Amino acid sequence: MSWTLDNLDLVAELTLSHIRLSVVPIVLSFVIAVPLGWVANRNPTLRAVTISAGSLLYTIPSLPLFVILPYILGTRVLSEVNVLVALTIYGVAVMVRSAADALASVDKDTRQAATAVGYSSWTRFWRVELPLAGPVLLAGLRVVSVSTIALVSVGAIIGSRNLGYLFLNGRQRNNLEEILIGIVASILIALLFDVILVALGRVLMPWQTTAPLRLLARQPSPPRQRGGASWSSSSAR
Amino acid sequence: MIEFQGVSKVFDDGTRAVDDFTLVLPSHKTTVFVGSSGSGKTTLLRMINRMVDPTGGRILIDGEDIARLDPVRLRRRIGYVLQAAGLLPHRTVVDNIATVPRLNGVPRAQARAAARELLGTVGLEESLAMRYPNQLSGGQQQRVGVARALAADPNVLLMDEPFGAVDPIVRAELQQELNRLQRELGKTIVFVTHDIDEAFLLADQVVILKTGGVVAQVGTPGQILSEPAEDFVASFIGADAGKRQLYLQHRQGDGDVTLVVDGDGRPTGVLAGSPAAPGADPR
Repeated sequence: MSWTLDNLDLVAELTLSHIRLSVVPIVLSFVIAVPLGWVANRNPTLRAVTISAGSLLYTIPSLPLFVILPYILGTRVLSEVNVLVALTIYGVAVMVRSAADALASVDKDTRQAATAVGYSSWTRFWRVELPLAGPVLLAGLRVVSVSTIALVSVGAIIGSRNLGYLFLNGRQRNNLEEILIGIVASILIALLFDVILVALGRVLMPWQTTAPLRLLARQPSPPRQRGGASWSSSSAR
Repeated sequence: MIEFQGVSKVFDDGTRAVDDFTLVLPSHKTTVFVGSSGSGKTTLLRMINRMVDPTGGRILIDGEDIARLDPVRLRRRIGYVLQAAGLLPHRTVVDNIATVPRLNGVPRAQARAAARELLGTVGLEESLAMRYPNQLSGGQQQRVGVARALAADPNVLLMDEPFGAVDPIVRAELQQELNRLQRELGKTIVFVTHDIDEAFLLADQVVILKTGGVVAQVGTPGQILSEPAEDFVASFIGADAGKRQLYLQHRQGDGDVTLVVDGDGRPTGVLAGSPAAPGADPR
């Protein structure tokens, strides 16, 4: 543990920067993928094109992408922008499929009912389809979150300051402890993000965690709750 | 008043759902479209709020050709109740009811307060206000659906097989409630069903439809029962099977009750005025 104790400042700095480098691409890929998912649901051709493009993007090896991006973007080789753009590309690649599936998962009858009572297609998207796509969107976002946090480390090879530095440096110095602390910190970040995402889901989608009627109506067996039900079923005897 | 003038609908796949349909639906009355599936009854209903646009003819509401109106605005002026209620699963009961006023720009607090009052109108307890639709029974959901349709106080109420998905006891309850509401509110109701008894129970005007949106008969329940226009109508209302012909059957030694029985001899009720008190049963 001596290395870790001596280098707490470095680990903390790298962790914070790792978090910052992850948050931006996660948010951006969500913001970009949702409209693309909407486009994908317009017709089967667009869906095929969008989803295939997403999959293709994901097959680009990360290292060459990090190296090439400065030439494409005209950024400096050490610029953080390269890492952010590369990770956003991967995030979108994963998220676009989830977004398309999420929006397609909204019940057709509910959509029609919304139209029938007077939602315009714009308000219907924001107030009905997007919220109801929430659970599937959240599932996709959790995958993006984990994969982004893992990929950030690769950026260390082109000089990005993040936990990946500990892997490179630890290998050069043959310091297993340094590598391990990098792994542990990455996992902790991934866990933290996941907890935050799930908590956000609970807050933004309260209808998801309420006990459906049939669980309450089933009197003899003890009431089963889907985690953290805000509407308690304890009244069932 | 809603007027259909020579309205036709041919869908893209060539299906003719409605053919040259002309009818006046009087204001403050309940008109029921009844027919089996494929009779175009739901298509007719959906043309009134432009969920479906006709391929021929025109529809007027209070003299206004609805083809010239913005569909979204039109829909907010018309109450709509769907089968299985069609509530938004992510909105609480009050927010579901407040949907249309909110879309019309009524402030949230005001819209919610009005929605809570409507709960009473449709016979629901206020304690249900903050529940989500999946926490309600089918009958309760349907009442919320009616409340939502009434929230913007529309003149016209469209009801698309609203009670089709609830059990018979609840359905009978909801039908009675609708009749009570209609006596109080006097809306122009257009109701779609495949159940002829429901049609007779609710309608001022019944429209019996055949396949392809062809009108078999239009009239009050009394007119249709007393003079079925053709064999199709007679069979549809069950007259040819003897269900609509009732006889009086005097039961001797059983407290002098006069039973009303149908053509098959199945009892359907007791003649009013005959001593029928259950307690008087000698057994």
